[in-house]
Amino acid sequence: MAASDVKVLGMWSCPYVNRAQLALSIKSTEYEFIEENTLQKSDKLLKYNPVHKKIPVLIHGDKSVCESCIIVEYIADAFATGPRILPSDAYDRALARFWTAYIDDKWYPLVKVLRQSDDEEERKSLVQKLSEGLILLEEAFIGCSKGMAYFGGDSIGYLDIILGSCLAWLRVTEKVVGVELMDPTKAPQLAKWAERLCSDDRVKAVFPSIDRLMELHELIQAFLKSSK
Amino acid sequence: MPVKVLDFWGSPFAARVRVALAEKGVSYESKEEDLLVGKSDLLLQSNPIYGKVPVLLHDDKPVLESSNIVYYIDETWPNPQLLPACSYGRSRARFWTDFIDKKVYDVGRNIWMGKGDEVEAAKDEFIDVLKKLEGALGDREYYAGDQFGFLDIIFVSLSCWFPTYEKYGGFMVEEETPTIAAWLKRCYSRETVAKSMPDSQRVIEFVGMMRKMHGIE
Repeated sequence: MAASDVKVLGMWSCPYVNRAQLALSIKSTEYEFIEENTLQKSDKLLKYNPVHKKIPVLIHGDKSVCESCIIVEYIADAFATGPRILPSDAYDRALARFWTAYIDDKWYPLVKVLRQSDDEEERKSLVQKLSEGLILLEEAFIGCSKGMAYFGGDSIGYLDIILGSCLAWLRVTEKVVGVELMDPTKAPQLAKWAERLCSDDRVKAVFPSIDRLMELHELIQAFLKSSK
Repeated sequence: MPVKVLDFWGSPFAARVRVALAEKGVSYESKEEDLLVGKSDLLLQSNPIYGKVPVLLHDDKPVLESSNIVYYIDETWPNPQLLPACSYGRSRARFWTDFIDKKVYDVGRNIWMGKGDEVEAAKDEFIDVLKKLEGALGDREYYAGDQFGFLDIIFVSLSCWFPTYEKYGGFMVEEETPTIAAWLKRCYSRETVAKSMPDSQRVIEFVGMMRKMHGIE
């Protein structure tokens, strides 16, 4: 598959975009990365995602796929090369999709709210909720991994991609707020999983560095303060 | 392996599961939850995070979230296939399922729970949502072509609440999106759909009671 046939519209710092990139990397599929401007949506983006007007968008030939989880499932489905991304068992797939919805709808949105909050009480409450969520995700990991290295078993799979993409901004949030959210005493398996995942070469090539994200966070905070 | 569904007569999300199982010809035991009295221990054990119906128990293993359940049903009992055969067709079904899940019921809820100007705003948003879904249908008989399938199940199940939205929003689906109205008639002519959907008049009465409980009327 030529790189020009597969394109990803996105931003280097967006975890949802990182999901698409990592999935393509696992499938050894080359692609062209088209960086979107955060302040002005391109004509391409508006053309390929007219309903939501959001990144990421995967363009495959003349077709476009939107929404990160749907893109990862499409990549898992459409590209035959490389290891399976989705579990082979239907019940395991149902579990992976359930935890994906939990991460995206309930848990991960709190990370950004925490990072941008300057209310002490609100921060305390969010830290509590995130920590409780991580304990649930620890149980999910134990159930899904069945004693192996990843949620997907012995290789990086769907839920590894979904939760893994959240780690970079989680780390930035920990630094900004001064709290250890992924506490190895409370979620030891998850902490080990995170270290294992982030040491994979394909993951290192896709996920942004914490330092670079910290700089971006500081820029965003300065912008938000100046526009109040 | 036994199949049980934790169900609620008025839930459009539970209706999805009923339609999907009927399409596949799968026998199951239905356990009606009386959500106004309180949730059963089985429901709270099976779905500890959300405590919501529907839940599919397959050999006592819970599958949660209605769209997720329909994916599971399609993958576990392959005939007839509900999702399209090609990857792109499947991604399209997933995209619109996600859109329907995020928009239809919640915006509809703003119509019957809203006060004053909120109702008009919610009605306008709901019609906009329907128009997008009408665009996605195009001139096809069903969402994936000439066969009733996955996305039809996901969307048609929510239609049992449309008369409620029409009543409180002051609009008619048939006038605003005639193609959707025609597609609905087509879906309801299928026995699997007709027998799985709650009576929409009963839903209206139920919502009337909910509105009184919330002090809206």
